[in-house]
Amino acid sequence: MNAPLLLVEDLSVAIGAARVVDGVSLSIAPGEALALVGESGCGKSLTARAIMRLLPPAARHAGGRVTLDGRELGALDADAMADMRGSALSMIFQEPVASLDPLMPVGRQIVEAVLAHRRTSRGEAAKLALAMLEEVGIPDPVRRMAQYPFELSGGMCQRVMIAIALICRPRLLIADEPTTALDVTIQAQILALIKRLRRETGTAILLITHDMGVVADMADRIGVMYGGRIVEQGEVFALFRRQCHPYTKLLLKSLPSLEGERRTRLSTISGTVPDLHSWPPGCRFNPRCPLAVDRCRTDAPPLAPAADAAHLAACWETARMAELDR
Amino acid sequence: MNRYLLRRLAQSAIAVLGTVTLVFFIQRLAGDPTLLMLPEGATREDIETLRRQLGFDRPVIEQYLDYVWQLLRLDLGQSLVQRLAVGDIIASRLPYTLYLAAAALVVALGIGLPVGVLMAVKRDTRLERLLVAFVLIGQSMPTFWSGILLILFFAVTLGVMPASGVDGFHSVILPAIALGALTMATFARVTRTAVLEELSRDYVPAAQAKGLRFRAVVFSHILRNAATPIITVSALEIANLLAGAIIVETVFAWPGLGQLAVQSIAARDFPIVQGIVLLGSFVAISLNLLADILYSVVDPRIRLEGRA
Repeated sequence: MNAPLLLVEDLSVAIGAARVVDGVSLSIAPGEALALVGESGCGKSLTARAIMRLLPPAARHAGGRVTLDGRELGALDADAMADMRGSALSMIFQEPVASLDPLMPVGRQIVEAVLAHRRTSRGEAAKLALAMLEEVGIPDPVRRMAQYPFELSGGMCQRVMIAIALICRPRLLIADEPTTALDVTIQAQILALIKRLRRETGTAILLITHDMGVVADMADRIGVMYGGRIVEQGEVFALFRRQCHPYTKLLLKSLPSLEGERRTRLSTISGTVPDLHSWPPGCRFNPRCPLAVDRCRTDAPPLAPAADAAHLAACWETARMAELDR
Repeated sequence: MNRYLLRRLAQSAIAVLGTVTLVFFIQRLAGDPTLLMLPEGATREDIETLRRQLGFDRPVIEQYLDYVWQLLRLDLGQSLVQRLAVGDIIASRLPYTLYLAAAALVVALGIGLPVGVLMAVKRDTRLERLLVAFVLIGQSMPTFWSGILLILFFAVTLGVMPASGVDGFHSVILPAIALGALTMATFARVTRTAVLEELSRDYVPAAQAKGLRFRAVVFSHILRNAATPIITVSALEIANLLAGAIIVETVFAWPGLGQLAVQSIAARDFPIVQGIVLLGSFVAISLNLLADILYSVVDPRIRLEGRA
């Protein structure tokens, strides 16, 4: 891979004494789409917020570097970072309706994004906003501009959020579960829209999701998170074909499939995600892992090349993965 | 005008009627008012004469309807002491109280709002703790006490402010501070809570994600969203200012309605007291109605009810 657009090195986020994101490293090439997947509470959203430097008040940055296009974001002062947001990297959120100011017409909220980065008149900005609304497929955009978020559906609001995120043509779009709050048909439309805009603008995407179907559809590469760490990373199809971490394997096995026997029970991963404050030592998946050996309970495995140089896994027992098929 | 406002208007009218009724019957419950109006040692005949003059010998319902009819013509009756129309007496004092209340409101809003916003935005800093102490002082100092301290310090010791009375712009400053302090503290606390609440909303990081600086998010999004509880409290607080004026006007010899109320109570001039009570209630009800109208200006979800 040549010079990455986004480089995250050893990023950690803490809530109180708990390291909820623990040494996450990843990179995204220009125009590439990386999906971060995992159960709720695995730290994927906080990773995204940490990259944006928009962590919720309870969480704090606890180490690591984020570099975008060669600029270290952590070294910027607050105003310089604000200038980067929306112009170099943007983010859309899980709850599109709540993400818009309920008391401001949506048109003005898009205009605001333009005026934050460009010295231009309100009228010019409004024209851009109108064109952008058309681009994200909102019918009757002139009327919609003047409406308030509560007058639009969730899907419409997410289109508006996408318009806001992309109007200044950022090189990276972070999409944090952009379709989770929407109903299924709308989900498909929004995903198709993000795909189309990605094709047209060459924006790289960091997609946060827990939906494997979305990953297969949208991403080039995938990072699987568990307990605040990336446990496996690789090309989407290589990883779907062969998993090198027991968690990934069990996660994929637990998905319902259209093929094979009907009436078979869905397999599950035994146990539950441990509480943030009581992660086990060693590999954090060890209490639930059928392959766990003594070493897994004491030493945390590093993320290392597994199947090939581009397919990484953090597991001591990768060689025994075949046992899980029995 | 939409259904929301019409409903609120009707509710306000009912509230006014309720107040008028309550004031009328409380007065009757207090016993025969003629006994209170005459000097001690009046003869039975004197009492009967006055009772007939004032119409207290008639059935209560008839008196009530009469009273309501009188009020509808904006006639508050006659003062028992000064033999002047109550309406005229109140009208001569009202501007002073409005002046004082407005000045106090300027103090309260001008200090309370920014302090509240700062307390929320600078949460858990030394500045916030300092401001909390400041607000606590405003909240816990009784008005008669802070008023006297202000007079002692600024008028007696420093001699830079007049101690009492109305004499130019200077003279309103101390009473306005004394009257506004409690309201300022209330505004600061309500603003802090409202802004903190808004700070935790999803649209805040979303607005920052598009490149707005934090200050811009506060000014163009958070303040407006936090306005609803502040407007509610404003309506209640302005009514409270009028109540507080009774004490402050007495301490500072300010010739407004508060002073008039105290004098009239002492002189048992009930028509005036009644007039002031009615005026106060009417102001409180009107302010609440105004607050409801303002909600719909601020919040399109109320204004556009039924449009979408």
